[in-house]
Amino acid sequence: MSPSGAEYIKRIRAQIEEVDPSEVKPLVGNGVPIIDVREAEEFAVAHLPGAKSVPRGYLESRIDAAVPDRKQRVILYCASGQRSALAAHTLKTELGFEDVASMTGGITLWKDRGYEVEAPRALTAEQRDRYSRHVLVPEVGLEGQLKLLDAKVLCLGAGGLGSPVALYLAAAGVGTLGIVDDDVVDLSNLQRQVIHTTDGIGTPKVDSAERAVKGLNPDVNVVKYQARLDASNIMEIIDGYDVIVDGVDNFPTRYLLNDASVRLKIPVVSAAILGFEGQLSVFAPYEGPCYRCLFRQPPPAELAPSCGANGVLGVLPGTMGLLQATEVIKLITGSGDPLIGRLLMYDALAATTTELKVRRDPECPICSREPDEIGDEEMGVFPDYEAFCAAAG
Amino acid sequence: MATIRIPPVLRPSVGGEREVSVDGANVGELLNALADAHPETRPQLFGDEGDLNRYVNVYLNDEDVRVLDGLDTGVGEGDVLVILPAMAGGSPLDHEIA
Repeated sequence: MSPSGAEYIKRIRAQIEEVDPSEVKPLVGNGVPIIDVREAEEFAVAHLPGAKSVPRGYLESRIDAAVPDRKQRVILYCASGQRSALAAHTLKTELGFEDVASMTGGITLWKDRGYEVEAPRALTAEQRDRYSRHVLVPEVGLEGQLKLLDAKVLCLGAGGLGSPVALYLAAAGVGTLGIVDDDVVDLSNLQRQVIHTTDGIGTPKVDSAERAVKGLNPDVNVVKYQARLDASNIMEIIDGYDVIVDGVDNFPTRYLLNDASVRLKIPVVSAAILGFEGQLSVFAPYEGPCYRCLFRQPPPAELAPSCGANGVLGVLPGTMGLLQATEVIKLITGSGDPLIGRLLMYDALAATTTELKVRRDPECPICSREPDEIGDEEMGVFPDYEAFCAAAG
Repeated sequence: MATIRIPPVLRPSVGGEREVSVDGANVGELLNALADAHPETRPQLFGDEGDLNRYVNVYLNDEDVRVLDGLDTGVGEGDVLVILPAMAGGSPLDHEIA
């Protein structure tokens, strides 16, 4: 007859090494991996100092990342010592870990002994529900969600690109969303600027965007800048933000933004669109190339159309804006490979993507120098600046 | 024979084509062949001295030809040349910065 669950666990515990919390305490901070095999939500409430979370359900797939050396000593614990005993048995018999032990009594006994635990900030019950699908993916998890809630992101423009960016970052729980736009909502915007609504026509875009963001997620703090970005206000506006999302349609502002963001070392997630095609890249100052490394100078005005005059497939800024929002979340949570030093081109008609390498230019007029060497008078300036602005009218 | 990908801003100069196939042993020969076939592209690609305009990037496959041998970079059968002019389409945040 098959054993009962309790008998099975008892049998397993007899086959593995168990250690008392008093034996584990001296190991804290001494380089011995201490693995919490409970669910991520339990780990989030409180855990042993320095412990790593490897939920038992992911044990086989994630233990190598947490403990690369199978010969080394490993301590596992859970709430009461049962799940960690089963996990220790798996590591020993199935994965060949040579020196693994389970802590008896789990974190419950540990706390009863009066030993210290780490109790990180937790989500409220409503936040746990709202962001549950984020917490469930390991690349975000509770830690990533807390980073998102603490993050400050600045959207330059609440237009075609800024609309999906602001909506999805609000939904994702980005704590502070700055929005710079001096325009009002126009009927012709609504073909692509999905953050605005028909009854918002004529109202400032920052107000219209704030209404949508607050409606989606009242947790988000919206900071509105109903202003034109220029050399006199850019340093003040962008200072203090963790990431900037750039979707502006003209070159002088792109260069100005580049130079200011390099000075303040703020990464910029940049996209541009025209017709059916988009470009996307992440400019992380001093880590990768800046916008001037990619394009030393802008094209002459007659070769620099903006989509206002040239038309754009309404879905395209949605596609590119969502790729921007994705890069923002990756930068904040530190997950994946951000699009630094690479430029992604998307051709909607052909349904193809092309990736190009972008190198740091050792002779870049801006990012080859230290931030404090870049003067106010240089920002946003390029060789044919006067002629460009005159031609652009 | 290599393929040159034509960006949207240059397409009116090549009869609307998205890709053009041209012959040439290096990047300079390919771009000149393009400019010979479609003269309107020449001032957009080349400066007065015949060098590549600084606001146009050209990639052989995925690498900037400026970090290779520039216009002298050799091109093989089936290679793809991507012309990438700076684009700034997005939100009309500020048209009149000065």
